[in-house]
Amino acid sequence: MTKTRITAVLILLAGIFLGLFAYNTEINPDSEYALKYGLDLSGGAHLVYEADVSELDETQIDPAMNTLRDNIEQRVNALGVSEPLVQVEETSISGETRHRLIVELPGVQDVDEAKKMIGEAPLLEFKLRTGNTNTAPNTVDSLFENGTTSTSSATASEADNYESTDPPLTGRFVESAQIQFGGGHGATNQPVVLLNFNDEGAEIFGNITTQYTGEILGVFLDGRLISSPVIQTAITGGTAQISGNFTTDEALELRDRLNLGALPVPIEVVAEQTVGATLGQTVKDKGIQAGIVGLILVSIFLIAWYRLPGVVAVGALTIYILLMLLIFKLIPVTLTAAGIAGFILSIGMAVDANILIFERVKEELGKPNVSMQDVIEEGFSRAWPSIRDANISSLITAVILFYIGTTLTQGFAVTFGLGVLVSMISAITISRTFLLALAGDERTSLKHTLFAPGLRTGKEFNQHIG
Amino acid sequence: MNVIKYKNIFLSIGGVVIAASIFCIAYFGLSLGIDFTGGSILEVTFTDQRPSIEATEDAIAVVGVSDYSVRTTGDNGFIIRSPFLEDDQRTQIMENFAALTDGEAVSTSSDEVATSTESAAITAQPVATTSTTTAAGVVENRFSSIGPTVGSELARSAIYGIIAVVLGIILFVTFAFRKVSKLVSSWVYGSVAIVALIHDILVPTALFAILGVTMGAQIDLLFVMALLAILGFSVNDTIVVFDRIRENLQEVIEKDTNDSFADTVGISLTQTYARSINTSLTTLTVLAALYLIGGQSTELFSLTLLVGVIAGTYSSIFIASPLLVKIHEWQQEGE
Repeated sequence: MTKTRITAVLILLAGIFLGLFAYNTEINPDSEYALKYGLDLSGGAHLVYEADVSELDETQIDPAMNTLRDNIEQRVNALGVSEPLVQVEETSISGETRHRLIVELPGVQDVDEAKKMIGEAPLLEFKLRTGNTNTAPNTVDSLFENGTTSTSSATASEADNYESTDPPLTGRFVESAQIQFGGGHGATNQPVVLLNFNDEGAEIFGNITTQYTGEILGVFLDGRLISSPVIQTAITGGTAQISGNFTTDEALELRDRLNLGALPVPIEVVAEQTVGATLGQTVKDKGIQAGIVGLILVSIFLIAWYRLPGVVAVGALTIYILLMLLIFKLIPVTLTAAGIAGFILSIGMAVDANILIFERVKEELGKPNVSMQDVIEEGFSRAWPSIRDANISSLITAVILFYIGTTLTQGFAVTFGLGVLVSMISAITISRTFLLALAGDERTSLKHTLFAPGLRTGKEFNQHIG
Repeated sequence: MNVIKYKNIFLSIGGVVIAASIFCIAYFGLSLGIDFTGGSILEVTFTDQRPSIEATEDAIAVVGVSDYSVRTTGDNGFIIRSPFLEDDQRTQIMENFAALTDGEAVSTSSDEVATSTESAAITAQPVATTSTTTAAGVVENRFSSIGPTVGSELARSAIYGIIAVVLGIILFVTFAFRKVSKLVSSWVYGSVAIVALIHDILVPTALFAILGVTMGAQIDLLFVMALLAILGFSVNDTIVVFDRIRENLQEVIEKDTNDSFADTVGISLTQTYARSINTSLTTLTVLAALYLIGGQSTELFSLTLLVGVIAGTYSSIFIASPLLVKIHEWQQEGE
């Protein structure tokens, strides 16, 4: 008996600790344990891209998708939103596998701008320098050889002297970029960036170099002139060198950006969900408000109907909810509207477990058990199979939903499944300990009244007072 | 109240409800949302007075979108459903809305569009002179766009999900009641649980068929979630009653008393009423709170659950157990 009471006090203390933890991590905005809300509740954009991998061999798909993810990740990071998410997803429909990329941008303001940044390649352009300008290009040596044009010396006015070729030659036609040291004829060991055009690009490049031999072909990256070499001879092989007096780091970065420029596979938005921050906030606030009002009403009902056990149930439920919050915070689980629905349903299951136990305890009160401890233990063991089976069937539902479902049903399945597991444990440990601690040994008419639910009084059970 | 004695009445009520639900669904049809068919939903709020529906429709039509619907939401908002919108179409619609709040007539700008481009269908040319989409007067609350392929996938996985859950449950119930197969095969318990589940799913679906006609409610993923939750709740409820039957039957078998199967089921029901009703009441209380103060976006979700939980409570008391007895009677007559 004393042992049970000590355990009960320890559980209460743990509950208070959990409550303090939940409270402190919520009021502190910087806490890493603050609850994380999904885009539907916090506002932001959820974009689903589908990659067109029809051109690729089976073995090339995975590496291509990984490169794609890395590329997009870099671009997304450039957007400056906090905690963006980029992940690859495979969906199989009737034997056909679709490769998708999911991009989540919490709190993003201008979705159109974001989509542009994500979907469009950084712009590499080749432009011809138009004739008579009085400023000679900074030092220009031979085309694509050891050019000494500084990447930083090009000014905006200088850039104005260039115009696009026809058809425009852009990074779209670059198949890959590499870096080479001491390329060309120069004795120096300077890095140059080697471009490989695809067939179409090679043809355009060939035409331009044939037609404009002797003129200056500027290389622009995102509108910035980075190199302005002279076309020496027609180049039809489909490769070009950019030598721009690079440092090794600059050359590496340029190579990477050019490789990024050519996304490994074309992508297209197939689904999009954008929620304004205000709407998300409203949904969240109202949902929490509804949850609290619902819980208060349920607590009133439980105490009014089940009396002392009702108080126990409310205590156990409170600890149950705090435990769930702890789990959400530690794993962490991102809460979406569907996830909260799953959580609320699991609270319903937790209440049900308590109700099952109390109804059984009430039945046992009508039997000549020796002590209150026996009454409660027997009530528990009788209620257990129902609680177990009901919860197993709920768990089956949760597991199936998790494996078959979409992102939405998974959010529901995770909170619901966790909730059912935790509620089962809390019903048989927390409620049980509290009840045993409060019941004592002796059966008295006062206890009968306190433990008899509904409109009954203790009288009808009093014949069994030992 | 002796449920078993009057089982034919209760079963008939259940049968009528099922038939009526099927009729409603067949007659009114179900309107599928963009989650399943593909398309776009745009939800906007006007900071001042919202424009008339006609003006709003004009602002959408000039962009070249057809088959759209405009519904009011809240005090100052609209929900626009349309086929899959391209980015520039959406941007343009928002610009047109912003223009509406400036008091500019959209009809004039629509002329500009018609003349300035060959096809008014898709154009990057802004209709109005307002520079940004976030211009004063109108706020984009929510935009969802689902491509047709994604839509059909979601529909498929929703259906698979429900079927898999139902199968999983019938197998589990059959397994859990394997020891009391003496009078009634444990497969019967499983199948009866499924009949109750079908009842519980049909009722809220019929409600949606009616709401679809009266207020344009659409079947979306949230509705499927609600159905799955109802499945979980209803099975929970049915299993608790069955469990009591199992417990009582084992006693009957052990003590070899002369209690009939019908009596045992009747006693089990009497013993579990209080729990069934109290659990439903507490669940309904939470759902009612969610329905009344949870805000618009979860209104239909909580309504579906409310109806489903009531149907689930009815089916676990008045359909599942009486049907169990009925099937047992048929089996005996057959022998």
